[in-house]
Amino acid sequence: MNKRIEAPPGAEPISVAWPDEVYRAPKAAHVAHMAYVPDAGHARLIQRFHADRAATVNVLTTEEEGIAIAAGAWLGGQRSVLLMQSSGVGNCINMLSLATVGRFPLLMLVTMRGEWAEFNPWQVPMGTGAAAALAAVGVRSLRAETPEELVETVAAAAALAYEADQQIAVLIAQRLIGAKKW
Amino acid sequence: MTEAQQLDRRAAVTALLKDRGDLLVVAGLGSPAYDLHAAGDNDANFYLWGAMGSAALIGLGLAQAQPQRKVLALTGDGEQLMGLGGLATIAVAQPKNLVIAVIDNGHFGETGMQPSHTGRGIDLAAVAKTLGFADTRTVHDLGGLAALRAALHAPAAGPRLFVMKVAAEIPPRSLPPRDAVLLKNRFRARLGLAVN
Repeated sequence: MNKRIEAPPGAEPISVAWPDEVYRAPKAAHVAHMAYVPDAGHARLIQRFHADRAATVNVLTTEEEGIAIAAGAWLGGQRSVLLMQSSGVGNCINMLSLATVGRFPLLMLVTMRGEWAEFNPWQVPMGTGAAAALAAVGVRSLRAETPEELVETVAAAAALAYEADQQIAVLIAQRLIGAKKW
Repeated sequence: MTEAQQLDRRAAVTALLKDRGDLLVVAGLGSPAYDLHAAGDNDANFYLWGAMGSAALIGLGLAQAQPQRKVLALTGDGEQLMGLGGLATIAVAQPKNLVIAVIDNGHFGETGMQPSHTGRGIDLAAVAKTLGFADTRTVHDLGGLAALRAALHAPAAGPRLFVMKVAAEIPPRSLPPRDAVLLKNRFRARLGLAVN
């Protein structure tokens, strides 16, 4: 877990370029389908998917839609990944029964709010409760605190999801993303 | 409210699925799933027993993954009302091979026949049209349904939403399997996809 990813000379450091590194994990796992409700922490990753002509991307009105879309994509033979922030986890709870009861592969990348240098108290309930809420309905969380850990965790989570039919949320620590600027 | 003619829901679904060919079908929880099962079980049917609001969006993911196949999401007015935002997501995605058919009895039939929003005047076809669906229709009789069935198999410029106005009745239940893993795996096998 402590393996350092060295940036090539002249390139941005991993602390800035981590979305590019994270993007490689779903690509390596043959994920060509993505859905999201935006979060500032996911902005660069969303851009990368939109720029990829081989990828199908859906923007959602609410996060639970993505659980259903991912299940449909799997029925049709495609691997899908779902991006959201921690507040969106709360919007998904009943819909997650589709993934757990059907043992549909599910990979969620969740940027955390409300847990580190948070300015907005309204982000705190789902920020502190996301992992417990997911666990309560049978979805496993893997946390990543550093960019290096995150790249490795997303690859491991993709294998668990698409190879072992698990429902996995990768929780991306707010400390990693940095506090939102106001 | 006008007292328009209303279809028998089982007859409507059976007519819509006549000679279905290689159509892929997702049915929402409750009566739409029973109606689909009563019309004839098929490995290319995926029935829901929960996850209310998901049928049309499962249809979207499936349509995107299988762009060469027609996908029908069979749902009720209650479920589609819960997924109104999903209609916007589908309108943005513009899948040409997805048809949403709403079996609209104007009521929450599973829970005591309380009048739903469509029963109180909300027009789902008009909502879909406003959102940019390529074709929206509301049918009240079997003649209209024959045209709907023909349209279902015809090429389209984008997503479509058809409303079938049916009587608020509860026909004898026709229960599909509740094991979603079985349903998932047999559906994928029908498409020639491996089971993990």
